[in-house]
Amino acid sequence: MRRKLPFSPWHLLLMPLALLFVLPLVQMVLTSLMPEAQITQLPPDFIPHGLHLDGYSKLFSESHIVRWFFNTVFVSAVTVVSHLVLCSLAGYGFARLRFPGRGLAFMAVLATVMIPIQLLMIPTYIMFARIGIVDTLGAAIVPWLASAFGIFLMRQFFLSLPVELEEAAVLDGAGALRTFVSVVLPLARPALATLAVFTLLSSWNDLLWPLIAITDDEKYTLQVGLASFQGMRRTEWGQLMAGNVIATVPLIVAFLFAQRRFIATMTFSGLKG
Amino acid sequence: MSVATPPRFAVGGRRPPVAANRPPRGRAVRRALTGWAFAGPATVIVLGLSVFPAVWAFFISRTKWNGVAPATDVGWRNYSRLADDPGALDAARQTLLLTVTFVPGSIVLGILIAVALNRKIRFIAFYRTCIFVPYVASAAATGILAGYVFSPQFGIVNAALRHLGLPAQQFLESPSQALLTLVVIALWGEVGFTTVLYLAALQDIPSELVEAAVVDGAGPWRVFRHVTLPHLRPVTVFATVWQTITALQLFDLIYTTTRGGPLNTTQTVVYYVYELAFQTRRLGYGAALAYLLFVVTLLLTAAVIIYNRRRGSEAF
Repeated sequence: MRRKLPFSPWHLLLMPLALLFVLPLVQMVLTSLMPEAQITQLPPDFIPHGLHLDGYSKLFSESHIVRWFFNTVFVSAVTVVSHLVLCSLAGYGFARLRFPGRGLAFMAVLATVMIPIQLLMIPTYIMFARIGIVDTLGAAIVPWLASAFGIFLMRQFFLSLPVELEEAAVLDGAGALRTFVSVVLPLARPALATLAVFTLLSSWNDLLWPLIAITDDEKYTLQVGLASFQGMRRTEWGQLMAGNVIATVPLIVAFLFAQRRFIATMTFSGLKG
Repeated sequence: MSVATPPRFAVGGRRPPVAANRPPRGRAVRRALTGWAFAGPATVIVLGLSVFPAVWAFFISRTKWNGVAPATDVGWRNYSRLADDPGALDAARQTLLLTVTFVPGSIVLGILIAVALNRKIRFIAFYRTCIFVPYVASAAATGILAGYVFSPQFGIVNAALRHLGLPAQQFLESPSQALLTLVVIALWGEVGFTTVLYLAALQDIPSELVEAAVVDGAGPWRVFRHVTLPHLRPVTVFATVWQTITALQLFDLIYTTTRGGPLNTTQTVVYYVYELAFQTRRLGYGAALAYLLFVVTLLLTAAVIIYNRRRGSEAF
């Protein structure tokens, strides 16, 4: 039912731009399907001759890629769920409930964004080592259970909701939690989707902290595994690209599913300022 | 980044009409408990994992410590030594260079791409997706991919240059080009974020405003200059702060491409902190450098926010 639009000159700008952004990723996938000899030949080849899974099979036999994958899925799942619960509760509290210390606590939370992660890592590492969770997946999870960004995003969204619905619920005798769960949360679905995407992105893609907190290569996440793989031996591009595909494609697929809500929420949430 | 002034629509900030005469004490306690039950857990986690370590890091920064043997107190010596450390000075210069190219780059590109994407033409959803997709890929994966794309021997970029009759370049392997190449890669990976921010802001501009300007005889450029750009100011403040923090903390990309090389020309402050604290186990010295970075970030952020408050736009 889409109506036909006339050809616009903007296509001449947007088409090459879009290609510039996507072609490297396409090349990543294509390269992962080439035999090593074709990858390093001159001049470089863009299209693989036939389908070669050498990179993948070597990756699967020579590394713990499957373990790394499930470690990452586990860490991301826990952090996303925890973010959704804790940040939406806190966002609602800061947006709508009145309690002593509210302004100060919220300001303190936001100010933490400016502390460089590298500064926090040193004492956090020592702390985690002392309580004995270094080198476990827990070490990768705990710092990501909630974030200032998540609280901020949810608060902005709740502030943008009209208050009348909640007032109606309160008049009907619902308490704060009841109002939150049955009236507010269903309206917050787009914001929750955005929060889930952002949390998934940052926990799935985190390299620095797990790099420090985890040394046992069976407990690596994908990013740490990839980086270690890259550093360990002579560059085998086929394997590296295969690993890159495994680490990147699931997220891109997840994003493609969630993206429709994305821009809408960015507009609503007041993230724009 | 602080939210000192409540936004215009802060409903919760409005005094409820019944509160004019003081509510009974029990109800006030209950309200406080409810509020903290909602906001408490996340607040405790965020503050506990940042304020406490940040304070501790300050004490670590005044010691000589490898994390195992007992720490020895050295006062401000770590800080004063930073001034004579060529590694730290190089890192500071390179971080500055990275920030002053990356931040304006991602903002200008973000605005231009968002303006181009803000059309009702065919395939526009496809174009938007394409431009945002690199943002989804991790910086580590991007770095590994960039190592291949920009490879001096078999990289596709050099193949394109040769095709155009231009000389092949060393890119990440050249001391003079590596940092600039990193900025290009970082822009490719991060510009999706600013683009979405600006796209959202553009769609928020009332069309009557644009129409009124056109009726008054303004051409596209004048509309952009006098209607669009002023409207984008608050987003720009937010994007500047956010991207500055991103640039100052850029690590994954460097780790998976150059590891600070060649000849330390891509060694940035955060990378140097990582090396000091976790490679060479000089925790105190690393913490001191990280503290310095923190103070600089704080001052920069405060400057951006105060400057913009003065000019009358409140993004925070």
